[in-house]
Amino acid sequence: MSKDIRIKRGLSLKLEGEAEKELVKAPRSKTYAIKPPDFHALVPKMVLKEGAKVLAGDELFFSKYTDELRFTSPVSGTLKTIKRGEKRKIMEVIIEADPEDTYRDFGKMDAASSDAEAVKQRVLESGCGAFINQRPYDIVADPKDTPKAIFISAVSTAPLAPDWGFILKDKIAAFQEGVNALKKLTPGKVHLAVDASSAQYLKDIKGVELHTVKGPHPAGNVGIQIHKIDPINQGDRVWTVNPEDVTIIGNVFLTGKFIADKTVAVTGSEATNRKYFSTIIGAEVADIINKVDEDVRIISGNVLTGLKLAYDQHISFFSNEVTLIPEGNNYRAFGWLPFTYNNIHSNSRTSLSFLFPNKKFKPTTNLNGEERALVVTGEMEEVLPMDVYPMQLIKACMAGDIEKMENLGIYEVAPEDFALVEYVNTSKIEIQEVIRLGLDLMITEVG
Amino acid sequence: MEWIRQRLDKIKEPFAPGKKYEKYAPAVNAIDTFLFTPNHTTQKGAHIRDAVDLKRTMITVVLALVPALLFGMWNAGYQHFSQLGEAFTFWEALGHGALKFIPMIVVSYAVGLGIEFAFAIFRGHEVNEGYLVTGLLIPMIMPIDLPLWMLALSVVFAVLIGKEAFGGTGMNILNPALTARAFAFFAYPTYMSGNQVWVSEASNVDAISGETILGSLAAGDNVSYGMMDMFYGIIPGSVSETSTLLILVGALLLILTKVGSWRIMLSAFIGAAAMALIFNALPAMGVTGNELTNFPWYGHLIIGGLAFGIVFMATDPVSAAQTLKGKWIYGFLIGFLSVMIRVFNPAYPEGVMLAILLMNVFAPTIDHYVIQSNIKRRKKRIQSATAQVKTTV
Repeated sequence: MSKDIRIKRGLSLKLEGEAEKELVKAPRSKTYAIKPPDFHALVPKMVLKEGAKVLAGDELFFSKYTDELRFTSPVSGTLKTIKRGEKRKIMEVIIEADPEDTYRDFGKMDAASSDAEAVKQRVLESGCGAFINQRPYDIVADPKDTPKAIFISAVSTAPLAPDWGFILKDKIAAFQEGVNALKKLTPGKVHLAVDASSAQYLKDIKGVELHTVKGPHPAGNVGIQIHKIDPINQGDRVWTVNPEDVTIIGNVFLTGKFIADKTVAVTGSEATNRKYFSTIIGAEVADIINKVDEDVRIISGNVLTGLKLAYDQHISFFSNEVTLIPEGNNYRAFGWLPFTYNNIHSNSRTSLSFLFPNKKFKPTTNLNGEERALVVTGEMEEVLPMDVYPMQLIKACMAGDIEKMENLGIYEVAPEDFALVEYVNTSKIEIQEVIRLGLDLMITEVG
Repeated sequence: MEWIRQRLDKIKEPFAPGKKYEKYAPAVNAIDTFLFTPNHTTQKGAHIRDAVDLKRTMITVVLALVPALLFGMWNAGYQHFSQLGEAFTFWEALGHGALKFIPMIVVSYAVGLGIEFAFAIFRGHEVNEGYLVTGLLIPMIMPIDLPLWMLALSVVFAVLIGKEAFGGTGMNILNPALTARAFAFFAYPTYMSGNQVWVSEASNVDAISGETILGSLAAGDNVSYGMMDMFYGIIPGSVSETSTLLILVGALLLILTKVGSWRIMLSAFIGAAAMALIFNALPAMGVTGNELTNFPWYGHLIIGGLAFGIVFMATDPVSAAQTLKGKWIYGFLIGFLSVMIRVFNPAYPEGVMLAILLMNVFAPTIDHYVIQSNIKRRKKRIQSATAQVKTTV
């Protein structure tokens, strides 16, 4: 039985460059990379040295403070380089891939009939713990915790977001098995959110509490759904998993192998081959996009929350999407005049863009202004469908006032939930970063 | 445009980081960003951003002020000539007003922006655009004959004490424009009230009766203007607050662009009407009122600075309540108190200035209680959650 969640406040940005629903097998990349910075607050400790041979599923590194949490190789090959940044922080672990993958065999296992502890061990040893995120704080889940519930959102409302129904179409058996495994990890429920137009096979998944979500972005954000279904209180732990990552977990149980297949949609106005590519986690972005020069921004993820990539870099761990949009490093004469430059979208009505609700916009990366003090009120609430006062919470985060942050609901939010708030903000404040720093402060002070 | 851009880049060279005049960069940047929206791109967080910025928001408010401003200029001339009994044309009236009013705007902007630029350089941040609106509002709410040095001093007080002392744009508690008016009102009462100041050059001629409607009502006199005159604004008063019609045109622009809060405007008018209706009902309850209490409630809405204050100053987002519920309460109380001050305290014939300043001070308190209810809800949820766990265990 499904329960409806209706979201009223929000903003669905319509952008040029949606991906065509056609699945193409991407060419095999020469190298694949796992980037520890993709896992916020993780301190990695390497187990292999450069030059070591690995199978797909072999451990590369683990979390220094939670050593059950392992991170495994998506492909078989040779560990080529460990790229380090400042203070020898590990930035990238690059594996030169064999022409064909050989997998480490974990052995098949029926998740539904197995012991919970065994299921947990299998998830962790295969490196699937990396797919499980924890709320509050939006970090990799600590396996020692017992989550109140697990949430999966198969609703895509973000701008140009890939269609989960299309991605999961041929992987539904693995998805079901993944859900069975996740069910063993929590004494509570596994919640799956779909939208009304989702394919029937998603609605037929067994063992989940099904929710039908309706409304504009950020309705598809798992954080918003948690807030509506079962809000996080102080001390609660809730886990979230991306839908396609559930299938990787499922495959570990079905086949005994860590098959790190990932479907990546290429989107955005500057992309020429806008299709879905079937590839492997950490592939080179150059293998699926056209050659681009300086004035195009490559984003691993969507335009609101993604990460900037260079042409020779690897796709981020959690990304199911690569977006290409034009850079906006040009001047606009008298850009402050209201009702001019109406081709740039605005949620305020100082641009006439609101007269074209069905127009697909072609945004650039221009900031469209400069950072200023917070002045305008009421605009943030319009795009945050939570019972939270966004401006007050942001100010509490800036001030580092822990008690106030707690009172105002810091446990219920993640930076991605504030992406739209950041987008509409008149004062051009980097709000996602403010929230992230606020959450980091909570991790060190409260834990 | 390309040529101007290149010249600007050339001029800006010695102001670049690490160069000789780095410290003064905010001043040059302010001028540069006035001509061109800069080429800054997003570096972290969301890669695309909304077209709106603070400049655009503030310029929208300035646009909304223009109808009332032009009318104010004309009305200054009209009041002057018609009270003297001289024949005049539309352009003569506008010209008379413009000659008086434009110097006020120039002084207000020059003094205010001078301080803003100095503080931006001193504090090392960019110049905020808030003063674009404040600098125009201040002369608009002053009597037309106010000496320019008094205006300048009021601006200095408003910007220094009302705004920068609290940390600059976005941090001030009181609306800076009203702070300027309140300063002038209490420092130079003879130039700010009475029946001689509201008509241009009225003090030179004895025969003129230049009283505002509120002034005559407070004195117990009859009002010689019709309701429609009051609505159109062909009456004596501060420069641009008289025409309720054109203020409503500005309000419409603010509401349509979502720059001004319609909640505050609506609730403030409701509040004023409610208070006036209570006073109107006094005779029915056996209390004889006076001219002010018996003045019809819709009349209260269109005379004095009430409409101007509600539309352009109560909605100042920095000094108003910030929560949605808070805005309703804040607006209602402004309207309610404005009429109450008008009626109860004839020494201050216009209550809207004091009502807004008073509610500016209480806005954080209103927000505090609105937010407390959200916090209480959250805490209650934790309690019921822990109670559930206990019963299941």
